[in-house]
Amino acid sequence: MADFEPKIVAFVCNWCTYAGADLTGTSRIKYATNVRIIRFPCTGRIDYMLLLKAFDEGADGIIVSGCHPNDCHYTSGNFHARRRWIMFRELCDFVGIDINRVLFSWVSAAEGSKWADVVNTTVTRIRELGPYTEYQKVAKHPIREVTNG
Amino acid sequence: MDELRKRAKELLESKTISVVIGYEEGTYNRTRALFVEKPEEASKLIFDSRCVLNLATYITKQEVKAKGKMAIAATIPVMRSIIQLAYEFQVSDKNLLVLGITPESNLMEFKDLLEVETYIHKFEIEINASYREKLDKLAGMTQTERWKFWIDELSPCFKCYACRAACPMCYCHRCTVDFNQPQWIPVPSHELGNLEWHIMRAVHLMGRCIDCDGCANACPLGIPINLLNKRLLEDAKRHFGGYQPVLKGDHLMSTFKPDDKENFIR
Repeated sequence: MADFEPKIVAFVCNWCTYAGADLTGTSRIKYATNVRIIRFPCTGRIDYMLLLKAFDEGADGIIVSGCHPNDCHYTSGNFHARRRWIMFRELCDFVGIDINRVLFSWVSAAEGSKWADVVNTTVTRIRELGPYTEYQKVAKHPIREVTNG
Repeated sequence: MDELRKRAKELLESKTISVVIGYEEGTYNRTRALFVEKPEEASKLIFDSRCVLNLATYITKQEVKAKGKMAIAATIPVMRSIIQLAYEFQVSDKNLLVLGITPESNLMEFKDLLEVETYIHKFEIEINASYREKLDKLAGMTQTERWKFWIDELSPCFKCYACRAACPMCYCHRCTVDFNQPQWIPVPSHELGNLEWHIMRAVHLMGRCIDCDGCANACPLGIPINLLNKRLLEDAKRHFGGYQPVLKGDHLMSTFKPDDKENFIR
């Protein structure tokens, strides 16, 4: 397991966390390179199916991040998202998806160092948990195996 | 249920109603839906403890709606479904008359949907003891055990979509599962697609499911898929104080409170 490099997918909102991650870079703060950032208009746009698809495609961990409550560019997108996450997280837990692999956070455009910290803690946590073989074993998809050889 | 038969006959004779939806004797000691259009056929209507099919499923169907004004024999879960459907603008007083059946199997006719709403609010949506036991048992398992439980339970599913067909809330003309660009849910009967389909179904019914157990009753393999809905019902109660179908007002998942509490967002 020593050479295991976790694959982390980050779903972030355009207005806060994406800008925050940008600030991390411009402030020259070094952080783990395991993260693939996907930019969304708003956390309210982050569909629960995308989280499942990330695991399906081989992600070992997921970060979902957006504006702090009351800071949403669209006024209430993150409030709606929060409600959905509360319920969706419970459902994931109930079907046995490892919810320790999904990290939700609020990172504003001014919190460059917080973003670095969020990514680093997630990477450390996933390193401890190891690859998500449980899901990946099930995700071996008959059709994909035929088409991808 | 002589009362129901008599009333159905009257309504059809007076032409105020074009079709009465109720139950009739089926095969293998089961009951099935009956659509009465002629007064003389009203005598076929029955009601007993075997009538668990959620008849509200039919009131959103074009071929039933096209017949004209409907009357429906509705038990409490059916009435709840009707109110939720009315909230979503699928039915209204204009095209529906509710012939309520009380838990004591008495006929109770409602003037309008507002009366139905007031009536059903007297009853809480409650999970019965045997299901509560199952939920508690699952909650007590470790994450890996739960994962194994669900993969095993869902693996025989061949996506016949009987659960979807039996659910009054699954009335979308084109369900997400039918899309192929993008193909969200893999079509083959395979663990991953099965899991994703059932998660998707549960999420889409979040805050709308009224716990009629129609999906689990319809499943030809007897998969306890209603456990997912029941768990979400519990969570809605724990986090947001639960819900009841309403004609107007806030819906659990399309609204929020600025002080919604969670403990996992850092």
